[in-house]
Amino acid sequence: MDRSMIELMNLTKVFATRRVVNDLSFSVQPGEVLGFLGPNGAGKSTTMKMLTGFLEPDSGTARIMGYDIRTQTRKVQQLMGYLAEGAPCYGDMSVRGFLTFIAEIRGFRKAACQQRLNEVVERLELEPVLDQSIDTLSKGFRRRVGLAQAIIHDPKVLILDEPTDGLDPNQKYQVRQLIRGLSKDKIVIISTHILEEVTAVCTRAVIISEGKLVADGTPLELESRSRYHQAVTLVTGTPLDEAALLALPGVSGLEQNPLEHSLTLLAEPGAVIYPQISALVSERGWKIREMDVERGRLDDVFRSLTRGDSL
Amino acid sequence: MRQLPVIVSRELGSYFATPLAYIFILIFLVLSGLFTFYLGGFYERGQADLSAFFDFHPWLYLFLIPALAMRLWAEERKSGSIELLMTLPITRFEVVTGKFLAAWLFAGMSLLLTFPMVLTVNYLGEPDNGIIVAAYLGSWLLAGAFLAIGSCMSALAKNQVIAFILTVTACFLFIVSGLPMVLDAFNWAPQWLIDAVASLSFPVRFSSLGKGIIDVRDVLYFLSLIVAWLAATAVVIDLKKAV
Repeated sequence: MDRSMIELMNLTKVFATRRVVNDLSFSVQPGEVLGFLGPNGAGKSTTMKMLTGFLEPDSGTARIMGYDIRTQTRKVQQLMGYLAEGAPCYGDMSVRGFLTFIAEIRGFRKAACQQRLNEVVERLELEPVLDQSIDTLSKGFRRRVGLAQAIIHDPKVLILDEPTDGLDPNQKYQVRQLIRGLSKDKIVIISTHILEEVTAVCTRAVIISEGKLVADGTPLELESRSRYHQAVTLVTGTPLDEAALLALPGVSGLEQNPLEHSLTLLAEPGAVIYPQISALVSERGWKIREMDVERGRLDDVFRSLTRGDSL
Repeated sequence: MRQLPVIVSRELGSYFATPLAYIFILIFLVLSGLFTFYLGGFYERGQADLSAFFDFHPWLYLFLIPALAMRLWAEERKSGSIELLMTLPITRFEVVTGKFLAAWLFAGMSLLLTFPMVLTVNYLGEPDNGIIVAAYLGSWLLAGAFLAIGSCMSALAKNQVIAFILTVTACFLFIVSGLPMVLDAFNWAPQWLIDAVASLSFPVRFSSLGKGIIDVRDVLYFLSLIVAWLAATAVVIDLKKAV
């Protein structure tokens, strides 16, 4: 039994007759920031609710730092910080009152409690709203209060359910900076359906669909499963000789993007086509405004995995 | 157990963060005064006691206590904060008891604010203050029983209005179970069943405390009722968390 990681073992949850989470098994190592992906209704939130001890699994279990979520729920909850979907909190309390309450529940008293409070207030820049009631705060501030609540006891495990959902781009950036700034020995699990987030903060991504695991790898690995992996896009004002481009070794297809006046050439799996295309362009003297190589499109991989289309 | 006071003080604070506390106290004091002087005929009775005041408490509580209790869990569930609360490292016992105790202490506070009644009756005559203390204790226990029922009903319903109606109904049954109109409906039943139904009645238990007789059985009756309904609350919360 490993005391430093999270292990999900055949975790299953049934609502009525639907298996919302279906025999889910994977593990997360310390230092990993796991992106937990899936379409709405795939079972992400339900899985997180089981990990945090809010819901009880119908079968299977998970171990967090060696503690079983079914039998040692209290221990698990002590180790863990959790931001539930929509960041629920007590709206009629002030930010100070609310965070003090959480710190006291977490066992901090007097000076220690004050110190924890000061630390998260500084980290999440909550100083200007400290004595406002939470109901009167903007969405961005409310979310930060939710995050402050989750990290106030410096937890080993942080579970964040859609932490940036509904925030503006600046606020999203702030939240991501915060997640990146967490110390390196923690385990962070973030559920999201914003794919740019995964490449921005996660070291690993797990995709689930209909409660089942459908992919598990680094964001780079997942991107390389896209049909756009190594694809080359040419932006040009003039029509090009498409037949000659298609005839190049390794090129498997061609897509027109009339809106952007560009062409995308797809690569055969494992092939690198950039050099050939570049050579052809200079040989023919084509005027190209832009030429990009793609790493692959995560949204494309996501779509094909979660809808069952072929890659 | 260390976290129990933290929960109680947060809950208690939340009553005063909204106008709820002040409105409740105001209405409680006004109504209890009206009942005592007009319906109870406090002056006309010409006796130096507070039975005109206490006799109406079961009926006063019937509508006021459910209003206090309805938000206990329904609001947590509606705002989603129940998920926050239930994923903090605290036990079911601490949460259910803490919320109840806060509401009960608040009801006790409102009750203590009726102290001018005690001053008045002491000014007008020479009442037996021992009886008054016992009656206050009885009234507080009664409020606790109503609150525990309300806590369970609030856990059952996501909607506060439904929680309110369910609580009023359940409390009403406990009030009327000693009245002849209910007991007559049981005339087909064996005597022990009739006795059992009658013994559930709040007013019967309450009036003996109101006479200054602190019978351990009556106190135990209220306390065990509170414990039973709070246990039911914990079960309901576990069952209905997901919804």
